[in-house]
Amino acid sequence: MKFLVCISNVPDTTTKITFTPDNKEFNKAGVQFVINPWDEYALTRAIELKEAQGGGTVTVLNVGEADTEPNIRKALAIGADDAIRVNAAPKDAFFVAEQIANVAKDGGYDVILMGKESIDYNGFQVHGMVGELLGIPTVAPAMKLDMSGNTATLEREIEGGKEIVEVNTPFVASCQQPMCEPRIPNMRGIMTARTKPLKVVEPTGDAPRTEVTEFALPPKKQGVKLIDAENAGELIKLLRNEAKVI
Amino acid sequence: MSVLVVIECDKGEVKKSSLEVATYASQVAQQLGTTATAVAVGEATEDNLAKLGEQGISKVLYDAEPRLKDFVNGAYTKLIAAAAEQESAQVLVLANSNIGAAVGSRLSIRLKASLATNAVELPKTDGGQFVVKRGAFSGKALADVALTTDRKIIAVKKNSIEAQHEAGKTASVENFSANLTDADFADAPKEVVMQDQAGGVLLPEADLVVSGGRGMKGPENWNLIEDLAKALGAATACSKPVSDTDWRPHHEHVGQTGITISPNLYIACGISGAIQHLAGVNSSKVIVVINKDPEAPFFKAADYGIVGDVFDVLPKLTQAVKELG
Ligand SMILES: Cc1cc2nc3c(=O)[nH]c(=O)nc-3n(C[C@H](O)[C@H](O)[C@H](O)COP(=O)(O)OP(=O)(O)OC[C@H]3O[C@@H](n4cnc5c(N)ncnc54)[C@H](O)[C@@H]3O)c2cc1C
Ligand SMILES: Cc1cc2nc3c(=O)[nH]c(=O)nc-3n(C[C@H](O)[C@H](O)[C@H](O)COP(=O)(O)OP(=O)(O)OC[C@H]3O[C@@H](n4cnc5c(N)ncnc54)[C@H](O)[C@@H]3O)c2cc1C
Repeated sequence: MKFLVCISNVPDTTTKITFTPDNKEFNKAGVQFVINPWDEYALTRAIELKEAQGGGTVTVLNVGEADTEPNIRKALAIGADDAIRVNAAPKDAFFVAEQIANVAKDGGYDVILMGKESIDYNGFQVHGMVGELLGIPTVAPAMKLDMSGNTATLEREIEGGKEIVEVNTPFVASCQQPMCEPRIPNMRGIMTARTKPLKVVEPTGDAPRTEVTEFALPPKKQGVKLIDAENAGELIKLLRNEAKVI
Repeated sequence: MSVLVVIECDKGEVKKSSLEVATYASQVAQQLGTTATAVAVGEATEDNLAKLGEQGISKVLYDAEPRLKDFVNGAYTKLIAAAAEQESAQVLVLANSNIGAAVGSRLSIRLKASLATNAVELPKTDGGQFVVKRGAFSGKALADVALTTDRKIIAVKKNSIEAQHEAGKTASVENFSANLTDADFADAPKEVVMQDQAGGVLLPEADLVVSGGRGMKGPENWNLIEDLAKALGAATACSKPVSDTDWRPHHEHVGQTGITISPNLYIACGISGAIQHLAGVNSSKVIVVINKDPEAPFFKAADYGIVGDVFDVLPKLTQAVKELG
């Protein structure tokens, strides 16, 4: 079976967020980029399913410029077989989805896995767009994915519960925990990753449909008001009379 | 031209987040000088749909097909797309829920629309622009996004706008059919499993949340969290290590890799306030932190704090809530 795993290159979760002086772009200076944490679930689960099936391939795909290659190599070190990078800045979710859909069409993939959402742009949308562009189902966000032949059984999280969904290949799923325990690269993986194929292709498709006109930081908190532990009940009065939230 | 809003219903009731988006949609309609129509999905009653008039909705479209009671991505997408065409909707508004995002992203392709998810404010529409403010970088930033196509879709973050209630106003409820076929239900769920919610309050929709971390020492102490939650009518949540070690179920885990919530009140008990935890809760309106370590980073993000032992403080708080009546 052919798996396509889409990975996004995002600032490490501990990054302090700042912007360029015109507030139009995220300031990348000094920032460590990682594979989007949710995408690690997609990647590891694809590798596990491939191993269980005793054959097949896992291809990782990123839409990004050359600076994302270290994380693409990391995905290869974790166990993907080959990689494709669409050589373009990811201008918006629609643009990214079109690139992914085009690669998927050409490659004849059976299962397309992604993360639930990117932790930088928090779009929560690329998976639905890709499914619709390809005319195949999307299951998002999926907490569990098992395959039997061409049929997948997934647990999809809904507010307050879950749905058990069955779909046939090809399909798109976006992954989140507790799907699997994400793997980290081992020494052998790191060595072999260097020689695994990484193909760079140029973007195709339409213009983006959205544009960030300005980034801003959220308003700062006033500072904490401390209440003495001996007098803890006072807090409840403040929440009622001052903060007016209870 | 009109504004169409997607209303999610469950067991006959309109979800709280859907009352918020109904309000949002009617305010967008006012800005654009048009009316707001709704299309309802899930299990609804005519009475409750008619009450959407209180949020400024003039008309509600509803297909009573029983298979639409549960979320079916294919069928919901087709139904809402048909409603958007019938109403010549220029703007489509949904909740930024698991359903809203799943349907909204498909619709953006089908309707050739631009999409802004996680919206936190009404759009700016003066001077021909259409700019939506949305949360980004996991609550650590806000982004103004210009939507550049004729049709626009906005998925509104929960608890970003207060639902309005204009008593006595009603919406007309009309039967609506999109001629759905079996093929549209191909991805229908085989089974739906709902969780037992502590005190019956659903975490993603909750106004008040009491949350516990590793400082609670073990699952046997969670009655302290639950007692306070029950007294307040709050939902319960936890930090990642707590759900990783199975002290609490995964669906209670908030943060970067858990769910994101923005309640009016978040009470963190024995949670250090790691940046990945904050990412899931930092847009809560009021944050209370109870921690025995005065240097715990969470105090920097808090509005109120108690430096103390949770085992001592929590019973006092529960008692004080009960005394409030
Ligand atoms: C300066 C700057 C400005 C930007 N402006 C905009 C803007 O105006 N509007 C906008 O929508 N986006 C903008 N982006 C792009 C944004 O960072 C995302 O790459 C893109 O929008 C998709 O992210 P998302 O959060 O919507 O994806 P989600 O839908 O949250 O992602 C779901 C999954 O899709 C996959 N995925 C996401 N991105 C990629 C990728 N690049 N390659 C491979 N797989 C991927 C991953 O598996 C991910 O887990 C901007 C980026 C930068 C750096
Ligand atoms: C990629 C990544 C993603 C992550 N995602 C998440 C996420 O989504 N959500 C999340 O929560 N974490 C996440 N984490 C983990 C995060 O970094 C922290 O490790 C975690 O939040 C710590 O949980 P905690 O506060 O419960 O425990 P600890 O950090 O151990 O804190 C326990 C706190 O309890 C206090 N305490 C102890 N005893 C008492 C007492 N008797 N009374 C009062 N206070 C007491 C201590 O002073 C301490 O501050 C992520 C980490 C990474 C690397």
